[in-house]
Amino acid sequence: MSATPSPRLALRGNPRLGLALGTLTLLVALVALLIVTPQLAERAGASDFQARLLAPTTDYWFGTDVLGRDLLARTLQGLALSLWVGAAAALLGTLIALGLAALACLDRRADAVVGLLVDSVLGLPHLILLMLIAFALGGGTQAVIIAVALTHWPSLTRVLRAELLQLQQADYVRLSRRFGKSRGFVIWHHLLPALLPHCLVGGLLLFPHAILHEAALTFLGFGLSPGQPAIGVLLAESMRYLSAGYWWLGVFPGLGLLLLVLAFDRLGNALRRLLTPHEAQQ
Amino acid sequence: MLEIDHLALDFLRYRGLWQREAVPCLRDVSLSLVRGEVHAVVGASGAGKSLMAQAIIGLLPGNARLRGELRLDGAPLDAPRQAALRGKRLALIPQSLAALDPLVRSHRQVTWAAQRAGVSAPRAAAERALTEVGMVGDSARRYPHQLSGGMARRVLLAMATAGEADWLIADEPSVGLDPAHRDGVLDQLRRLADAGKGVLLITHDLRHALSVADRVTVFHAGTTLETAPADAFQGRGKALASGYARALWRALPDNDFARPPVHEVAPLA
Amino acid sequence: MLEAHDITLGYRPGVSVLRGVSLQLAAGEWLGLSGASGSGKSTLGRALAGHHTLRSGSLQLDGAPLPRHGLHPVQWLPQVPELAVNPRWRIGRILAEAWTPDAALRQRFGIGDDWLERYPHELSGGELQRVAVLRSLAPGVRYLIADEISSMLDAITQAELWQTLAEVAEQRDLGVLVIGHDRALLKRLCQRRLWLENGQLCAEA
Repeated sequence: MSATPSPRLALRGNPRLGLALGTLTLLVALVALLIVTPQLAERAGASDFQARLLAPTTDYWFGTDVLGRDLLARTLQGLALSLWVGAAAALLGTLIALGLAALACLDRRADAVVGLLVDSVLGLPHLILLMLIAFALGGGTQAVIIAVALTHWPSLTRVLRAELLQLQQADYVRLSRRFGKSRGFVIWHHLLPALLPHCLVGGLLLFPHAILHEAALTFLGFGLSPGQPAIGVLLAESMRYLSAGYWWLGVFPGLGLLLLVLAFDRLGNALRRLLTPHEAQQ
Repeated sequence: MLEIDHLALDFLRYRGLWQREAVPCLRDVSLSLVRGEVHAVVGASGAGKSLMAQAIIGLLPGNARLRGELRLDGAPLDAPRQAALRGKRLALIPQSLAALDPLVRSHRQVTWAAQRAGVSAPRAAAERALTEVGMVGDSARRYPHQLSGGMARRVLLAMATAGEADWLIADEPSVGLDPAHRDGVLDQLRRLADAGKGVLLITHDLRHALSVADRVTVFHAGTTLETAPADAFQGRGKALASGYARALWRALPDNDFARPPVHEVAPLA
Repeated sequence: MLEAHDITLGYRPGVSVLRGVSLQLAAGEWLGLSGASGSGKSTLGRALAGHHTLRSGSLQLDGAPLPRHGLHPVQWLPQVPELAVNPRWRIGRILAEAWTPDAALRQRFGIGDDWLERYPHELSGGELQRVAVLRSLAPGVRYLIADEISSMLDAITQAELWQTLAEVAEQRDLGVLVIGHDRALLKRLCQRRLWLENGQLCAEA
């Protein structure tokens, strides 16, 4: 299979370019969101009792809530908040997973302990554990981040542990030691670079979970305080008015959340495909 | 008759991050397989032999671009026909043991293969196919991870033969087997051919291919150089047309074990 | 002289793959080792190269125990070269992990300068096996364990690989243990041949 020069093909129908454009669009949208939201704070907080529960109009694209606040501004603020919470929780969760996976590979007993930990956390219902931790920590942004991080590491830990165990047995890793390379060299030059793509993809796929669970926690009243315009708070408020026909209160924040989650899920999966050697060329 | 007529194949690959280019992998492949013969295709690894098998069966990856023609019994073997015949009249014995479903016991996988092929009594057909490859009793009921490499190969062979396919394409069926099992697999391919099937045996192992093959096609750098009867491989290889085929024959450890002069194996211009 | 005295080892408690194996491999000697699949050939090969902890018995190089750190004087070459190299490294870096062979020696193994910038998946199995063999020839390596290194190769590539290795081994007085099924190949290469069965060695005529 020699790679002789051949005519370059047009960029049309190039899946990798599609992924790049998608990522770029998403990034631009997120940066715009983060820039815009601080300026929307006033608008989101300002209540106007002349304009209570207005259906979407040209002035209020997403309508207004029961206190006459602009729902568009509040949704965008909620998404920005979710973004921060999700990113922090996903990062924390990935670090926990990496640490535990490394620990599991040290010796047999540590591996058994980590395995037990993974199984027991996976065995408990997610949401109940989330609520317990958030409640114990007293609620608020930090509590939510910690609770989400503490419940979202097990599956990634499993993946990383399996990968590390396999790598340690790999011929090229064993040979490296026989060439006189130190343990540190092997970890730094062979193991970590091989794990990095898994961490990246795993973290990115943790992100939508983290956002969804943050929203769920807040919706149930165990998360962010009702004063913060979080998506979960918006959705919880909307429940009281949905049956009265004020559909926009639930639909727009919900759709925003769905879009954000889907975007990150798609991005994570595309990246995973790209980093899988035999799928990368297709 | 299964005919491959000037088949060429490119792969689209990324050069750098964005640009795709076509990398030729098969340049000019022609051969014909008739019923009742074992037709060996030998050549170096990476010469494109497995790609040819995938092209025949219609299981190429999405970034492959194919030119040339495939015909089965005179009619073009295009994608819809491949899909219709695959697993029924056309069977592939894949090179990778990962082709087995890790969660299903081997005898069930063979039964499924027979079912897909439309056999009227799939269970009996599977039983017979497994017995033919010497997998009886407990060993046929194991999961793939409980099988040795040799057993897994024989299960793959049973899957291909349970459906009474007319055309078998065996991609390196003996790799990783010890001599006794290798001879068993090769003997069975010979018996299948004697029973009227056409068998394409893709291998890098010229010596053992010769023990069962009727004809041998020599493959080099994505090109079929020549097709010779198996008995042309003897003595100094005078009966062989191409220098590469002669060099391949002479390089065997029980012949000269000779490193060929460079010009004989230089990549084709 | 590389000597194994009465080696016993296994993977699971109570089950021994090798049971009291002793062998001697002299400098410059080519020794063949075959046996049915699952007989423990590969385990023995890896044990000689220090990849396994022995249950009992000892390994000695010229009467002294083998070093535990630094470059191991006995190098193991596995059957599948794709697994023996880091798929994320370029060929140049892969070679340099063990040593830096000069251009003349690289040329003898047919490894051109332009290969050094390539990745393993851009080479064929035979080409990559040559890289793995050259990498294992670092100065200080005295013995090679070649574990079926040519069983996936076509006859020409196989002959080229062994001829080149034989030349270098003769120059450097390397001892080589050739593990394989191919009787004709072992006959060609080795002065002595051994057969491993049920975890024990016997001489083969």
